[in-house]
Amino acid sequence: MQQEEQIWQWLEEVSDPEIPVLTVVDLGVVRAVEYLYKHWRISITPTYSGCPAMNEIEANILEKLKQEGIEGAQVKMVLSPAWTTDWMTEKGKQKLQEYGIAPPEGSSADKSVLFGEAKKVTCPHCKSRDTELISQFGSTACKSLYKCHDCKEPFDYFKCL
Amino acid sequence: MNKELLEYTLRLGDNALILGQRLAEWCGHGPILEQDIALSNIALDHLGQARMLLNYAAEQQGEGFTEDKVAFFRDVFEYHNLLLLELENGDWGKTICRQFLFDTFNYFLYTDLLQSKDETIRSVAQKAIKEISYHAQWSAEWLIRLGDGTEESHTRVQNSLNELWEWSGEMFTPDAVDEAMLQAGIGADLNAIKERWHEKVDQILDLAKLEKPSGEWMQSGGKQGDHTEYLGFILAEMQHIPRMHPEAKW
Repeated sequence: MQQEEQIWQWLEEVSDPEIPVLTVVDLGVVRAVEYLYKHWRISITPTYSGCPAMNEIEANILEKLKQEGIEGAQVKMVLSPAWTTDWMTEKGKQKLQEYGIAPPEGSSADKSVLFGEAKKVTCPHCKSRDTELISQFGSTACKSLYKCHDCKEPFDYFKCL
Repeated sequence: MNKELLEYTLRLGDNALILGQRLAEWCGHGPILEQDIALSNIALDHLGQARMLLNYAAEQQGEGFTEDKVAFFRDVFEYHNLLLLELENGDWGKTICRQFLFDTFNYFLYTDLLQSKDETIRSVAQKAIKEISYHAQWSAEWLIRLGDGTEESHTRVQNSLNELWEWSGEMFTPDAVDEAMLQAGIGADLNAIKERWHEKVDQILDLAKLEKPSGEWMQSGGKQGDHTEYLGFILAEMQHIPRMHPEAKW
């Protein structure tokens, strides 16, 4: 049990390859840490189906555990329950904001399915609410692109899923 | 091994793989940077969904099968995607039009698959439905922008709609595999989806000031493995490296 807590702490030092300010624990992709048949198994879940960072996250977790002297650990990919932005920790959202990425607002999926209004999002630079969606699809699968009418800066929004 | 379940899984997986591969052709060629990125993102979502589904198809076939083997070592007649998805991209209007017709269908299909009695298909649907919602919203918005845009954009997208219409019917035409999966509580009811699809398509076409084609004769065959000449070219490009170096590793 003690070692399990220790492993969670180590995982808090493994950062997301695309958003390095977040750890895999902040992001909420680590689902379980278990000891099975003489080895540790870490269960992780993809943020997006096609998230190209998942293989690297897996490799980084194994590398970290190896550095800490845990040999033969395994990483298992679980699909259910599906990851949503609600799994991101409050600390994670705070870090995103400070990094210049607007964190997901509200819970889970935007309800404007099939044809709806784009969400108003707070600018992470100047905190203005006078912002506009440029594109639902941004620099990575999990972000959309906004611009701020007050400070005139473009910014990424970690979209609700 | 349940043959119907395997074929159903391949149909879902192949739809995602072939459309993802087609859309990836736009990467670096989009009309503006944001939309180039949007289509690449959408292509990536489809590839991710394809991986989960083809991995499941490999699991069902047992030892020696992997997602890569399923993707790269099947030939044209063993692919089960819809014909609509293998057609050439054409111009931006045609690509948007195809996306709209398919995304709207896919949204209703995956909404139903959230209730599937097959645990893996249900899990994939839970993951994919939110991505597909974004796709469907994006292509509907673009269809409206083009249809209700300039004379040029309206004409082009109307022509694309007329051209693609005969390829849309296959989505809703159930065969023995669809029936078996519906009976088993695994698959969706295509007749019910057809009604919801027409309702949504009417609504968006109206906003886009586009005319719904009236043709009733529909192409078919993709789900059963009878494809257009285009699929061979897609597979040639997609498969030639793994076939040249079958055991290659990163």
